[in-house]
Formats: sequence, structure tokens, C-alpha cells
Amino acid sequence: MSKKQKMSGAEAFVECLNKEQVEVIFGIPGGALLPIYDELYDSDIRHILVRHEQAAAHAADGYARVTGKVGVCIATSGPGATNLVTGLANAYMDSVPMVAFTGQVPTSMIGNDAFQEANITGITLPITKHNYLVKDAKMLPDIMREAFYIASTGRPGPVLIDLPKDVQTDAIEFEYPKSIKLRGYKPTSKGHPLQIKKAAKVIMEAERPIIYAGGGVVISGAHAELLALAETLMAPVTTTLLGIGAFPGAHPLSLGMVGMHGTKYANYAMTESDLIIAVGARFDDRVTGRLDGFAPNAKVIHIDIDAAEISKNVAAHIPIVGDAKNILTELIKEIKRKPKSKWNEKIEKWQKEFPLEYDRKSKELKPQYVVEQIYDMCPDAIITTEVGQNQMWAAQYFKYAKPRTFITSGGLGTMGYGFPAAIGAKVGCPDKTVIDIAGDGSFQMNSQELATAVINDIPVKVAILNNKFLGMVRQWQEMFYDKRYSATRLDTSPDFTKLAEAYGALGIEVTKPGEVRDAIKEALASDKPVVIDFKVAPEENVFPMVPAGAAINEVIDYGGKI
Amino acid sequence: MKHTLSVLVENKPGVLARVSGLFSRRGFNIDSLAVGVTENPEISRMTIVVEGDDRILEQVIKQLNKLVDVIKVSDIKPESSIDRELALIKVEAGPKERSEVMQIADIFRAKIIDVGTKTLVIELTGDVSKINAMTDLLRRFGIKEMVRTGKVSMLRGIKAARGE
Ligand SMILES: Cc1cc2nc3c(=O)[nH]c(=O)nc-3n(C[C@H](O)[C@H](O)[C@H](O)COP(=O)(O)OP(=O)(O)OC[C@H]3O[C@@H](n4cnc5c(N)ncnc54)[C@H](O)[C@@H]3O)c2cc1C
Ligand SMILES: Cc1ncc(C[n+]2csc(CCOP(=O)(O)OP(=O)(O)O)c2C)c(N)n1
Ligand SMILES: [Mg+2]
Repeated sequence: MSKKQKMSGAEAFVECLNKEQVEVIFGIPGGALLPIYDELYDSDIRHILVRHEQAAAHAADGYARVTGKVGVCIATSGPGATNLVTGLANAYMDSVPMVAFTGQVPTSMIGNDAFQEANITGITLPITKHNYLVKDAKMLPDIMREAFYIASTGRPGPVLIDLPKDVQTDAIEFEYPKSIKLRGYKPTSKGHPLQIKKAAKVIMEAERPIIYAGGGVVISGAHAELLALAETLMAPVTTTLLGIGAFPGAHPLSLGMVGMHGTKYANYAMTESDLIIAVGARFDDRVTGRLDGFAPNAKVIHIDIDAAEISKNVAAHIPIVGDAKNILTELIKEIKRKPKSKWNEKIEKWQKEFPLEYDRKSKELKPQYVVEQIYDMCPDAIITTEVGQNQMWAAQYFKYAKPRTFITSGGLGTMGYGFPAAIGAKVGCPDKTVIDIAGDGSFQMNSQELATAVINDIPVKVAILNNKFLGMVRQWQEMFYDKRYSATRLDTSPDFTKLAEAYGALGIEVTKPGEVRDAIKEALASDKPVVIDFKVAPEENVFPMVPAGAAINEVIDYGGKI
Repeated sequence: MKHTLSVLVENKPGVLARVSGLFSRRGFNIDSLAVGVTENPEISRMTIVVEGDDRILEQVIKQLNKLVDVIKVSDIKPESSIDRELALIKVEAGPKERSEVMQIADIFRAKIIDVGTKTLVIELTGDVSKINAMTDLLRRFGIKEMVRTGKVSMLRGIKAARGE
């Protein structure tokens, strides 16, 4: 029988974080969090003060994605809490394990429109996996234990805990619960053996199989099993944006990314396949394009831990619910080696015929060239991205060898994500080079975090592909709205090198292709946070491109017009 | 097509908001919803009638199952279940119409639970079609007000739509 200790809710909060082995939390204090911050003051938990709560959430998210651990962030009641909302929605869409804490007005004042009161559990209901309002300090240990468990198991996601001020000061008898009692929450982990046998049979019969791997492979840690499956079957592998890194990008069986800005050969292979083996991927509309044109002759094996993803968008012939690593391990035992086939040859021909391309001879500084040089000089870096063209080029022109090295906002597409996520990633993996491949628009949504990076000595690098436009939107305006560039010009951006220097970071400007490598070298050599302002060709477009409403084999090639 | 779901949930504050929020966010239509505590005071049962084809029903069930506070979801088929709804109907009926209204109530085995100078209040229990049939008949007198509880359902025989 363990001894119970008397302590305040705030002390219990810190104790619970210790029990969950939380090493770092990102946040900003406020009136409703004073008791907790007072406890944090002499705890061993590292607290990183950010400059905007949105960044706290994204940093926790970036930390979680690179380490696989639960990311933790904290914000005060009212505006602090509402500032977390975008970060929570982002983590929810991309299935990121996170626990967010918010201060709340005292329980006696809840519902009175008290100063800095916001109904944050109500607001975040649709964008959290679960949330709690702690009404009694005695409940806190159970709730915290449950929250970390829910966030990190099954299909991961963010969980929010709202902490009224009196709950932080009330005294309780503390004991960390040994077990969790959740009648309504039992994630499936093992796949059904009969379904796996059925899948193996269909796989052995298929002539044109394709493996379609998503973020679930990364979450599950199933990359080694995926590689074994692909090599045994000689099956080509395409990944989603969030599946990048789940399969080595430079592997001969790799087709790169599928979908709207995927490679032409991935989209052709998907369309002509007779079997799609989907692993931890959710048939997002960016991937499928027009549904009736999507892989019309393919049977679908769908492996996913979330039953609700199965047959949501594309009907599955053989659903297997469970953890990807478990299921692939069993599946591999049921299949036999296959030789190289006509299908492989056909795909190799497409790969030769339709490589990713841009005008390499141009004297202009091309954004794709910048990404290629970053890849060449630090292929093992962790890359985070902002949203837009920069994100797509970072996905296309860098060949990620390992999972958890490409960190991007996929489902929500949150501009301003990449920089704070890079900070979180660097905190999680201090020995790795972390580079945010950024856009000039997105970077300005959280550039205030330069202060966080400098003051806390978190030397992330930001490579701004500065095209002086909200480029992705401009591209659509160019192609579909007669080049009417409504509200997409960013000519009035600040001088990013000076901005970096104002915060105490290093700023480097690059205007010519010949300067790219020296600038990257200098940035890597510096022990400070660095911003490189690459002044790239302003009206460069992302290709290949599947226009909205088209099937994914209806691809517009480089320089193409609609 | 209408489906009846029997949903066991934790009897905790906010659970109704989670369930109804899920329906509105995913664009599912709720026809009726009735909640009450079960034989176990920690657990409540919701009887939810939803409109939609089989694909929508499948998504509704799977999404409901994802809610941490939802313990069990059962799709209750009409042939294997009994269901009831209660309605209170305030009908305009002065002394002249009173006896005719009372006769209709009698046929439906409904009760008159309040009599005013110009109105009668009828309490009717039955399956949804019975309540619809009676309200249709009463409409020509003028229905001043009506409250319906929404349908509650239970499986016939020994089976129970229960959690562990
Ligand atoms: C500007 C822009 C352009 C984009 N263009 C593209 C594009 O061209 N191509 C593209 O692919 N995406 C693109 N996206 C991203 C897209 O919007 C989706 O975010 C992405 O396709 C979803 O990836 P996913 O299917 O791997 O699912 P994720 O969102 O990563 O979901 C993971 C899936 O795995 C499951 N899962 C989780 N854990 C496990 C486990 N342990 N075992 C098994 N399964 C598990 C989950 O239930 C879920 O179904 C773009 C985004 C933006 C912002
Ligand atoms: C918070 C937010 N607001 C608006 C958008 C819509 N949007 C998508 S891409 C984009 C342009 C991004 O510009 P920039 O960061 O410069 O990247 P580029 O496309 O130029 O590389 C915009 C405005 C978004 N995704 N996120
Ligand atoms: Mg830009």
C-alpha cells in the first residue's frame, strides 16, 4: 500500500507530469495559472516560454512528432486558451499525441462570464480526442493519467484539461493511479487473423499491387515491416504527405508522394493498379482527386487503427482494423516472395519518362534548387515546413530516409506551423539539424518565436523561400483566375535578415544560385538560430498538379497550363 | 431510412453535448433523442433516431464508438425490439367537441389528464405510428400544444443492449 501525500492541486499537477516523464512543456502563464507556475518554478520540468500560445501548441506538436512522445503545452484562461485552438485543431487533424492544459476561472465563477473566462472545453469539443474540466482537485491525478493514456494510444490525438484556479490550490491526498478504468475506450491493436489471411491471398493473386502508406505507418513505427513487405512483393510504395519518411525516399521501389502534387508515376501507378494496400492512410481528398476516377480497377486492403476511417471515402474490400506494425508483422508471415514483374517495368518506364522537373538551366534562383541543395548538404536533417508551395517543394525535392524527419501540417494546412514546430523538434532532438523550409507569408504568422529560439538557445534554421507572394494562392489565381492577384502580393514584408538580427539570431540573404551552398554552410556552422532569406523566382509554380475536381491521372506537367 | 440507436454512455456532465455535437459536426440528422439513467446509476442510455442510408448509419456508429464516454452502441432493428413514445397533446375542445375528443382518446387508450374550459390535455403512450395517427385525427379540432418525449427502445426477450 503506497503512502498518500497531502499536497495542493498545483503540486499534484507537477507530480503527475513527473510520473508521465514529461521533460518539457511549452506555454505562457497568466492569472488563472499562478499556482501552477509557482510550482513549476522549482520543479525539474523544463518550461519554455513562447511568445504566443499558438506556438506553444505547435512546438508541443513538433516535439511529439519527432520523438513519438506526448507533447505538452499550457495556456492561461480566456485568450490564452483560445490562442491554443489552431494548434489543437492542427494536432487533431494529423493525429498527434498532445496534452494541453488551460487555466480556468474558479469553479464558483464558471458560467458567470467572469474575467477571462472562456468555455474552452466547449470550444475544443470537436478538435480534441477528449477533454476534461476538472471540477474537483481530487479527480486531478485520475484525469491526468487518463489524458496521457488517451492522447498516446489507439489513434493518437490532443487531449485538453481545463484547470480552475481553486482546483490548483485545494489540498488533496495524492496518489498516482496505477490503473485506468475507461469502459468506453478500448483501442484495437491486433488485426483479425482471418482478415489477414484473406489479405495475403488477394496480395499473392494481384498483378499490379501498390502500397499506399500514410502517417499511421510513422505513428505505429511500422517502417521496417513496410520495407520488408515491399521488398518481398517487389511492390511499389507511394506515400501521402504525412507518410513521407515511412519508406526510404531514395529506394528503387519508392514512387514518392501521391495526390494533388504527387509524382506523375505515383498517380499513374495508383490509377492502373489492381490492388491498393493502404496502411495507416485515410484516402484524403488531396490524395484521391475525383473519387469516381480513383483507381477504378483496384481492390482495396485497408489497414487502419481507426475503424471509422475504413470505407469512409473509398470502399475497402478487405478492412483490417488494428495497429499497422502488428498487422504487417502477421501479414508478412503469410506471403511469399515475388519476382520483378511487367508491372515493375512499366512503372520504371514512367519514372524515367516523367521525373520531377523544373528549369534547371535558369539563371534565376529556383526554390526547387534551394531544397535540392539543402538535401545534398544535410540529408539527415529534420525538415519542418510552413504551408503552401514551400511545403510541396520540401516534400518533392528532399528524399527522406527515415520516419519522423519530415514534419508538416497536412490536414489543417496551418501557415505558421513550421517554425514553432521546428523549435519543438529541436528540443526533442537536440543533436539533429532542424530546418524549417518556410514561405515568406507563413513565417510572418509566427516569426515572434525568434525570441523563444534565441533566448532558450534553440538553434533552428529557417530557410525562407521568399517569393514575395502568398505563392500557393497566387498559383491558383494564375491558373484559374486569369492572373488576377487579389491580395496575394507580399512586397511589403520586412527585411528578414534584419528581423533575425533584431532578435539576436543570424540573418543571411541569398539572391543568386551561386550563393546557396555557402549560405547553407554558414547557417549550419552557426550555433545560433539562423534565418536565410532566399529571394527566389517569384512566379514559380508547383508541378505536377492535379487540378480540383480532376482524377489523379489527369496531371498538369511542369510549366503546363490548364 | 430511419434507424434507432441505443447508446450507453457514462452518466457525466457534458456527454449529451459530445454526442449532439458529433451529429451536427458530421452533418448527421437527429430525428429524436431521449436520455435517461439506466439500472446502473453511473450509466445513461440514449435512444437516438437517425435518418440516413446504411453508409451514414455505419459512420454514425463508428464515430459514436470513438467518443471516450460512449460505452456501447447498438443498432436496434424494429423486428426485434419494442419501442414507445409518450406525448402530451393540448387540444382545443369546448363543451361541444369534448365528447368526440374523449371518444378518440378512448379508442387509442389515451388518458385525459387535464380539462379546461376550452381545452383538453391528452396523454398518449405508444409506438411512433400510433402517436402520429392520433395527432392526425385531432388536428381538425386544433392542437394548441404538443410535447413528445422521443422514442425509447428495448430489445425483446433475454438479450440486452448492455455494456460489460
Ligand atoms: C497545400 C497542401 C497540399 C497537399 N497536397 C497533398 C498531396 O498532394 N498528397 C498528399 O498525400 N497529401 C497532401 N496534403 C495533405 C493532406 O491534406 C492530408 O493531410 C494527408 O493526405 C493525410 O495523410 P494520411 O492519409 O497519411 O493520414 P494522416 O492524417 O496521417 O492519418 C493517419 C491515419 O493512420 C491511422 N493510424 C494512426 N495510428 C495508426 C497505427 N498505429 N496503425 C495503423 N493506422 C494508424 C489513422 O487512424 C489515420 O487514418 C496536402 C496538404 C496541404 C496543406
Ligand atoms: C493560417 C492560414 N491562413 C491562410 C491559409 C491559406 N493559404 C494556403 S497557402 C497560402 C500562401 C502561403 O504563402 P507563403 O507562406 O509565402 O508560401 P508560398 O506558397 O509562397 O511558398 C495561404 C494564404 C492557410 N493555409 N493557413
Ligand atoms: Mg511566399
